[in-house]
Amino acid sequence: MLLWQTSQTINFAQGEFVMLPAFFVLAAMKFGGLSFPLAILAGLALALLVLGLLFKRLVVDPIIRHGVLPLVISTVALAIFLKEGVKEFYAADAQAFPAAWATTNLALGPAVVSVQNLVIIAVAVAAVGLLQYFLGGTRTGRQMQATAQNPALARILGIPVERMILYTFLINAALVALASFLISPIYLAKFTNGETLGLVAFVAAIVGGFNQVRGAIVGGLLVGVIDNFVAAYWSSQYRAAIPLFLLIAVILFRPQGLLGRAEERTV
Amino acid sequence: MKAEWIGAVAGGMLALCAASAQAQQTVNMPIVIELSGAGAVSGTNFRDGAVIAIDEINAKGGILGRRISAPQSDTQSNPGVSRAQVQKAIDGNPYVILGPVFSGSVKVNMVLAQQAEVPQFTGAEAADITQMGNDYIFRTSFGQQMSMPKIANYIRDRLKAKSVAILWVNNDFGKGGRDTFSKEMAARNIKVIADVSTESGQVDFAADVVKIKGANADAIFVYTNEEESARFLREARKQGVKAPLIGETTLLGQKVIELAGEAANGAKGHVGLTVDAPIPAVQAFRDKFQKRFNYLPDHNGIKGYTAVYAVKHATEKIGSFDRKLLAKTMKGLTIKPEQEPGILMEATWDAKGDIDRISFLAEVVDGKQKIVTILPKLGK
Repeated sequence: MLLWQTSQTINFAQGEFVMLPAFFVLAAMKFGGLSFPLAILAGLALALLVLGLLFKRLVVDPIIRHGVLPLVISTVALAIFLKEGVKEFYAADAQAFPAAWATTNLALGPAVVSVQNLVIIAVAVAAVGLLQYFLGGTRTGRQMQATAQNPALARILGIPVERMILYTFLINAALVALASFLISPIYLAKFTNGETLGLVAFVAAIVGGFNQVRGAIVGGLLVGVIDNFVAAYWSSQYRAAIPLFLLIAVILFRPQGLLGRAEERTV
Repeated sequence: MKAEWIGAVAGGMLALCAASAQAQQTVNMPIVIELSGAGAVSGTNFRDGAVIAIDEINAKGGILGRRISAPQSDTQSNPGVSRAQVQKAIDGNPYVILGPVFSGSVKVNMVLAQQAEVPQFTGAEAADITQMGNDYIFRTSFGQQMSMPKIANYIRDRLKAKSVAILWVNNDFGKGGRDTFSKEMAARNIKVIADVSTESGQVDFAADVVKIKGANADAIFVYTNEEESARFLREARKQGVKAPLIGETTLLGQKVIELAGEAANGAKGHVGLTVDAPIPAVQAFRDKFQKRFNYLPDHNGIKGYTAVYAVKHATEKIGSFDRKLLAKTMKGLTIKPEQEPGILMEATWDAKGDIDRISFLAEVVDGKQKIVTILPKLGK
């Protein structure tokens, strides 16, 4: 969504972007002999380099000038490349990924709450809060917003548009790395993880509103809650279908998404 | 010029003869197996176990003087791809086919091997595979109709459970296991009060665990593939599930323990095959496997290993590479470790191709599978 707003980039490899940093960490531990905290740092650095800088320079920059569709096809190809690359050069089977926090439970009356889940929620909320603060409360953030809203005018005002777009790619890389480190201890690290994650993220973004960060958050929560309620209280067989029905309903009746802004373009 | 031409022709003929002699010295035993996708853990173990056996046999001169050639192909855990790969293997005129492990794949490709009269040695466990009148299919692990009665007895006699919840994977393996297990439960007057299906490759088990936990059953029977079992165990631990988690080899296997970590502790059940069996030959196999491939094998490693040695023993018994005769010989054949050390444990194949041998009750303690009881062969 960040990428779409600043550079009109639709990234169909976003799921694989979440899958890959976990393998950077595992590879740093296995082949580099690094401890887990150092491997996390190495994973983050590699994610910034490969999924931020190199993705922009080698894939987006040369192709975006030919239009959005070639870029979409390129990111689909990139997704296959990343998936098969991990399968070929690391492992085809799932790998255990260490958790950076306690895996114990808290008993709150009759309910049992996992510390792991609490940490994930806390980190996710903190990340969104920091991102919002950065975008709205700092000079660089406001420059990035200006770039997203009107790149030509931003350039006239002296904002380094290219640099702002690069920052967006780096922030995106940092966020996918964070998601990867949070989710892999539960889902296990596997080369196919991106398929599930990418589809869910895409559905959530469209349901919530593709041009609003808060829309993506609401979409993600809604899809997650509906998916789990359906599986727990109705039918686990049809759980995967319900979010897709929601997607169809949103496209039919509110194409801009629940919190999205309608956009008009000259054709 | 003429002499050079004659020399070239003679050289070519000599090379052809040499190639022909080389071909005659090998026996083709392709491995068609899951090397990627949901079955990658099982398939890789099976393949590596078979490779060790093949290398050992080749180092000692092969089978009846012929070296084993075993080209590998990946089914991608996809029944359609597996069918194409088996057809490709048959086009290479194989003596036998080793694999696959996934029941759904075996069901669609075993007809091809049957039509071509090629014996197929599989690690698949779905009950109906050996009930379809195929004379060319042979298991190297228990079918569900052999293992489920043992689990059912365990739940009734040891756990004294009156109700169970079932969590199963929605593929041929899972459906076959769930149906057979439900019948065994009904026969013992144990109620199934929750019946939860999950998808192959599923990553999020939060809702399934909520459902299972809410059922308050005396025991939970988990019948999913290895990676899903590990994810389920982690989620069950997170949600504080207290009921005993019971399963088969796919819940108690080494890879599951490795992936689930401490969440695997306390899981119990029946294992038809395990590298932790208190049998010196099995432990020696585990050690050499780990030394060579740098990971601990699971039961599928033993399946691949014994498949190759079963073929070797039966072939040496008949004294030729006759596929029809091999299939006939396998029926009712018992191989003892004294006759063929590579078989690891005494094994008998019945008229349908099902295997019978000792099995084990096990539980996971401190991150290791601990054998609690050795169960005798059903035929004894």
